[in-house]
Amino acid sequence: MSGDPILCVDRLSMRFGGIVAVNDLSFDAERREITALIGPNGAGKTTVFNCITGFYKPTSGAIGLTHDDGRAIRLERLNDFRIAKLAKVARTFQNIRLFPGMTALENLLVAQHNALMRASGLTFLGLIGAPSWHHAEQAAIDLARTWLERIGLLDRADDAAGNLPYGDQRRLEIARAMCTQPALLCLDEPAAGLNARESAALSELLLSIRADQGTSILLIEHDMSVVMEISDHVVVMDHGVKIAEGTPRQIRDDPKVIAAYLGADEEEAIAVMESGT
Amino acid sequence: MDGRSVSAPPAAQTSRAPGAAFILKKALISAFVALVLFSLMIGVRTEAGPQGQLVYWTRFDDLAVMVAAVFGGSILVELLRRWWGPVDTVRVVPPSVQSALSLARRLVAPVLLVFTFLVPVLFYNERYILDLAILVLTYVMLGWGLNVVVGLAGLLDLGYVAFYAVGAYSYALLATNFGLSFWICLPLAGILAAFWGVLLGFPVLRLRGDYLAIVTLAFGEIIRLVLINWQTLTGGPNGVTGIPRPTLFGIPLTPADDGLAALLGIEFSPTHRIVFLFYIILALALLTNWVTIRLRRLPLGRAWEALREDEVACRALGINTTTTKLTAFATGALFGGLAGAFFATRQGFISPESFTFHESALVLAIVVLGGMGSQLGVALAALAMIGGFELFRGFDQYRMLVFGMAMVLLMIWRPRGLVGHRAPTVFLKHSQAISSDLVKEGHG
Repeated sequence: MSGDPILCVDRLSMRFGGIVAVNDLSFDAERREITALIGPNGAGKTTVFNCITGFYKPTSGAIGLTHDDGRAIRLERLNDFRIAKLAKVARTFQNIRLFPGMTALENLLVAQHNALMRASGLTFLGLIGAPSWHHAEQAAIDLARTWLERIGLLDRADDAAGNLPYGDQRRLEIARAMCTQPALLCLDEPAAGLNARESAALSELLLSIRADQGTSILLIEHDMSVVMEISDHVVVMDHGVKIAEGTPRQIRDDPKVIAAYLGADEEEAIAVMESGT
Repeated sequence: MDGRSVSAPPAAQTSRAPGAAFILKKALISAFVALVLFSLMIGVRTEAGPQGQLVYWTRFDDLAVMVAAVFGGSILVELLRRWWGPVDTVRVVPPSVQSALSLARRLVAPVLLVFTFLVPVLFYNERYILDLAILVLTYVMLGWGLNVVVGLAGLLDLGYVAFYAVGAYSYALLATNFGLSFWICLPLAGILAAFWGVLLGFPVLRLRGDYLAIVTLAFGEIIRLVLINWQTLTGGPNGVTGIPRPTLFGIPLTPADDGLAALLGIEFSPTHRIVFLFYIILALALLTNWVTIRLRRLPLGRAWEALREDEVACRALGINTTTTKLTAFATGALFGGLAGAFFATRQGFISPESFTFHESALVLAIVVLGGMGSQLGVALAALAMIGGFELFRGFDQYRMLVFGMAMVLLMIWRPRGLVGHRAPTVFLKHSQAISSDLVKEGHG
């Protein structure tokens, strides 16, 4: 592995009691690239995500994040909200976790909490209505507007997030993660439940995020058409260990990958093979 | 429920067709249940006699009236139901009615505010109404304060009275021991209460839902028990007496020569002080309201609501949930403390008796009844709960019964409170209310 990795996962292990969910996993995610983490159900992909984003504390191993300015952060030493706040790692969830009772616009403003908190002088400046706060708020709304436009939801900005169709909610969650202005965006099955057209739009959105924002993306995905189309690098996991990695083309032809998928689920293996042809 | 409503229309028509027999049967069953329930509650009245023995007498006539009322009521409800049709019928409200309703809805708050300002003018000679208005406003303020914790941040706090007590005792002790004036003690009482809010917040940060409720409940009791038992400081069950009254920029509202009445050259009247107290609590309540409304539009307030909606998502967005929860507790406690200081100065005397769980439950009921998170709803609910309770005074011993029934009916009619929908804090084109089905109640 050469180049300039933004994320280095080094010998990561995660145990829950006697169950080893992730075993000695190492991989890198390159800067400004889209890295896909695939594998059959129960392979431990989401566990890896939860370790990277601080929801789990890994049993052993190191997760290093290097920012564009060379600042290196050990993610396994940070916990909870600090990974999103200090390390600038944003994530989405397998089962969408928007704020359903808040509007799409509000969802995007909550995402800018830390920046706005500073701008509002820890609330006090905002409470007295200081001009600097109003500028910051307007800037935040403008950023939110930009993202709503990009995901095609500008018309529904004032609708409750819980009222949006499923596909829109998925895109809104990505936009919300992007509003934190992350260095690394972790997406947990962003295409789950989307139809072919929505998947295509999602691929386009992710490619444009990489191109325009220069955000590195790490994604878990079962939809092989999305994985094959947009990933620069694919890491395949099964039973908590890495069984293969490489470009989408290499992965597609890897017999170990096909075997893993066949062993787990025949349909998925066929999907892997067919999506390349 | 859902399953039935789908298959209901054909079945409902056939089952409701028999009519009279069905209605009568249902009414008879209801009457029988009422008879069983009320036979001891109303049919027999017990009291402790002069020598401590049990004295009881029967009230079968009252019982008969109640059972008859249930019987008649059941028939009435069933007839109304028939007339109204199935629950899921879509009704078209004419646009004129709709616009009138929305206009009324928009006017409620301003009209209520103007009326409140005019209460001392309109009822100057009616001491009872002025006292009641002060009481209602105190609960409006407490409701608004608790609304921050329960309604916005979604943290179920059953010990809110603790902060009320801390505020009241802070003022009472500071004023009686050090002779500090009300206007200096007021912010101090608020800050002390906020400090206790943070102190309570720390241990309960990891708790959610029921567990949080239990610990906050215990906290409320601990404060009360400390107040009872720390006799040297708080005077124990005897409370604190001789708490000074507030002054108008140092001018007391007394009949003395340096009193306000003498300075203005008007005749002294005790009502002056009542009116003064009324405007103090009104100002405090409006301050609470103003701060809360502003906070909702600031990142902190939005984070509270986001916390109520989904705590995990908050953490994924880099929001420090610990400080967010603590600020919610502290802000709620601050307003509780201010209200407490006002309570102390109004009463002139406080004792732990005033800070029982009953108060917490009442304030929480106001918030829930009003619609969690809604400022107007909470104000209306406080008016209904405190004012309504007085209204039912004529019902004598049935007051609680009538009141309880009214609450049950209200919760059936509006399960998410008087104002159930949520108003967005910011909008691009037009602000539209968010249905209560989408808004989460929070679970920790």
